[in-house]
Amino acid sequence: MKFASRKFILKKSFFKALQTFKTSFPIMIGILLLVNLINIFAKDYYSKIFTGNIILDPLAGALAGSFSFGIPITSYIIGGELLKEGISLIAIAAFIMSWSTVGMAMLPLEAKSLGKRFALIRNGLNFIFAIVISILTILTLKVF
Amino acid sequence: MKKLMGKNKINGGIKFLIIVLIFYLIIALFNFSVVKNAFLNFLTMLIKIIPMLGIVFIIMILVNLFFTKQKIAKHLGENSGTKGWIYAMISGILVSGPPYILFPLLGNLKKEGMKNSLVAVFLYNRNIKIPFLPVMIYYFGLNFTVILSFYIIIFSVLNGKIIGWLIKDRI
Repeated sequence: MKFASRKFILKKSFFKALQTFKTSFPIMIGILLLVNLINIFAKDYYSKIFTGNIILDPLAGALAGSFSFGIPITSYIIGGELLKEGISLIAIAAFIMSWSTVGMAMLPLEAKSLGKRFALIRNGLNFIFAIVISILTILTLKVF
Repeated sequence: MKKLMGKNKINGGIKFLIIVLIFYLIIALFNFSVVKNAFLNFLTMLIKIIPMLGIVFIIMILVNLFFTKQKIAKHLGENSGTKGWIYAMISGILVSGPPYILFPLLGNLKKEGMKNSLVAVFLYNRNIKIPFLPVMIYYFGLNFTVILSFYIIIFSVLNGKIIGWLIKDRI
């Protein structure tokens, strides 16, 4: 490959990454600002919602993740901070999973592009899988 | 290239950020200390993640460099067989892009013969993003990251099989 062509591909890759950042960064900043604000009010209620129950904790985590949006890295940062607040890892795992596999906000677009039946079944299935995977992950972690 | 850099239009993300800032401003009028604490916590969080975002950016460039949409289209056709499943997994992991770009792209690939099951496998593996893995390891540890990624890959196949079974492809 010629040097000029390589330079062009590298430039294109750079601007594509920059474009992803440009689109995602304001959403990430907005969500982090919002989470920090909600944290101040909700901190005292976390222990009541997330009790350490192996079914209810991931269910609540998966529900929260399903209605959230943004690039996955944002869910890791939020999850990491919530973990410090004492929320169980099982709930965080379900939250991270459903964040990018279940997209309530993007459901109309998914239905339009890939079909209504496809979008509904996929999101429903992914919601259940988010809970199952979070439980399996924590159980496996206990073994290792 | 100009197109990639975008025009001076305000995108949805910036609008969302402005709404959040207005929300902060309204709460500050009633309780300034709450907003001050929330903002200070946000700044602490941001300072911690900025170096990681630098690493994420470099890995994103590398992935974009070696993996193009044309390559996916080539390997995910209707007669792709077992290889198609493997390509769908790898593509889902390596291809970056927001859903509003990927859904129409996958919609087009479906029209060109991509199976429903492979679309599902592709979308499920989007949950593993190599550029973001250092951040996941930082917050949750290597064991958690490896185990979760392993289950995502296994369940992506199960996801594809169930969807392929429930939704018949139009041939």
